[in-house]
Amino acid sequence: MSHVDQFPLGLRARLRWPRSIPAAVLLAAAFLIALAAAMAFPRFVTPYDPLVSDVVHALQPPGGEHWFGTDRIGRDVLSRVIHGARYSLLIGLASMLVSLAVGLVIGLSAGLGNRLADESASRVFDVLSAFPPILLSLFVVTFLGQGIVNIAIAVGIAGIPKFGRVLRSQALVVRRADYVTHALSYGLSRGGIFMRHVLPNVLVAVPVIATIDIGSAIIAVSGLSFLGLGPQPPTPEWGVMLAEGRDVLRVAWWPSVFPGMAITLTVLSFAVIGKFLQRKYEVRAR
Amino acid sequence: MPRKIATRMMTGLLVLWLAASVAFVAIHALPGRIEDVLAGDLAYPGLREAIAAQWGLDRSLPWQYGQFLLRLAHADLGTSFVMQQPVLAVLQSQLWPTVQLAGSAGLLAIALAIVVATATAGLSGTRGAWAVRVASVLELTFTSTPVFWLGMLLLIAFSFQLRLFPVSGAGGWRALVLPAVTLALPTAGILSQVMRESLEAALEKPFVTTVRSRGVPELTLRVTHVLRHALLPVVTLGGWLIGSLLGGAVITEKMFGRPGIGSVTLNAVTAQDVPVVLAVVLLAAFVHVVISTLLDIAYLFIDPRLRSQ
Repeated sequence: MSHVDQFPLGLRARLRWPRSIPAAVLLAAAFLIALAAAMAFPRFVTPYDPLVSDVVHALQPPGGEHWFGTDRIGRDVLSRVIHGARYSLLIGLASMLVSLAVGLVIGLSAGLGNRLADESASRVFDVLSAFPPILLSLFVVTFLGQGIVNIAIAVGIAGIPKFGRVLRSQALVVRRADYVTHALSYGLSRGGIFMRHVLPNVLVAVPVIATIDIGSAIIAVSGLSFLGLGPQPPTPEWGVMLAEGRDVLRVAWWPSVFPGMAITLTVLSFAVIGKFLQRKYEVRAR
Repeated sequence: MPRKIATRMMTGLLVLWLAASVAFVAIHALPGRIEDVLAGDLAYPGLREAIAAQWGLDRSLPWQYGQFLLRLAHADLGTSFVMQQPVLAVLQSQLWPTVQLAGSAGLLAIALAIVVATATAGLSGTRGAWAVRVASVLELTFTSTPVFWLGMLLLIAFSFQLRLFPVSGAGGWRALVLPAVTLALPTAGILSQVMRESLEAALEKPFVTTVRSRGVPELTLRVTHVLRHALLPVVTLGGWLIGSLLGGAVITEKMFGRPGIGSVTLNAVTAQDVPVVLAVVLLAAFVHVVISTLLDIAYLFIDPRLRSQ
């Protein structure tokens, strides 16, 4: 029984819709869908303009008019949090795509290539992960300069080894799977096997890894924004809002508590769904 | 075994050399002259010439590369032209607050993770299942929380409301409590997850049944027998732990207005003080590689199974 479990699932079994979905996963999915809707059409959801200040009503606590209160210059915090989803999620997504694209190329060539390819890819990952991710991102920002695009690239570069290592081990598992051995024994061409069997089974892991890791990308991006290296005020990005909120923390908690809660709930939702997918579709974590 | 140790050390050296080379290439890959890159925003007479002399910019590229590596090997991290002093001196003066912060946060994270994981691993029954569920939700929440937000929540609760701890600064242990807790919690969340998984794997081992059959109480069993096994996989996380604490220190120091390497780095990034950023990044990589190499070698001594593979 136990040795059967060790065979990786085939593509069809992986793509089957799960039978039962835990409540926490449904809740997380609902939150993310609501967030996506808010991201697509922020003006329909938000009561106020995120950039228009109203100094007379500055730093009002959460209440009837302003559910999340107002910030130092009277902007509606709820509207800013909703508009901020666009920046924080899209920059996080962009940086994840950078890690994914580079990690996929290096990881695949390591997992499917010869020993030299594998060894050199592993050293690339070793070097990149020798730098603490935040410091590596700071290093890249120093060279590229500050700004939205550059922090996406900086966080993306720091995320390469994580994606690359997972995809490498995924490729190694698939390469040794029985269906590949059988296909080889039938005399199918290597290119054909790669396109039909290996690549789809490796790629099927990508959404799972992406769901697990986009959270850390969002945290890293908002961290760099908090440090003032990304989008600049008055952009309603969550990290920027937190940095602004920190300055008035002594008198008002709401300008910083709500954007932070948005980050945490978003990242938590991705983590919950990611863990569920990981268990369901047998993707190795590391 | 000696061969394994030698191989591991060679790999460590290789990674360090590659890291330094990446840094060298990065400086040269930038558009513009290297003098301008290293000078940051500064311009005063003689500055460009001083930089050119220090980096040997009139010589050939291989010579510059060799000299760069040689200087690093002698722990010469160059000069910060923005601060007008040797980078090493800058870092040395700021090292202690960061070591305090990262060290206490690391110890706290490890202690928390051990307690939570040992208390909840492999529990069953209605109450046990709930304990595991609560622990996992907490772990997941803390790993999903950005450190700076966590820091603000702690500030609101313990500094502004309860007035227990100072808001910022680095004087005395009171000023260290909130930053250390802030930095520790997300790390503890991840450590505790890994540790519980490995404890649960260890609890499945036959020796556990043997010890239980001797009538040893559950807690004694966990603390004196199972924990040792479970800590082994955690040792490999040592390098990651160092990196995460050093990286998190940058944001935590900024958050709480503490002095330290993180603040220096951040100022250097904004002022385009390339030599300082370069030195901090390479220093962090050095610490990371040394620690993880030592841990891997220690692992060979701790776990005899690895020696024969």
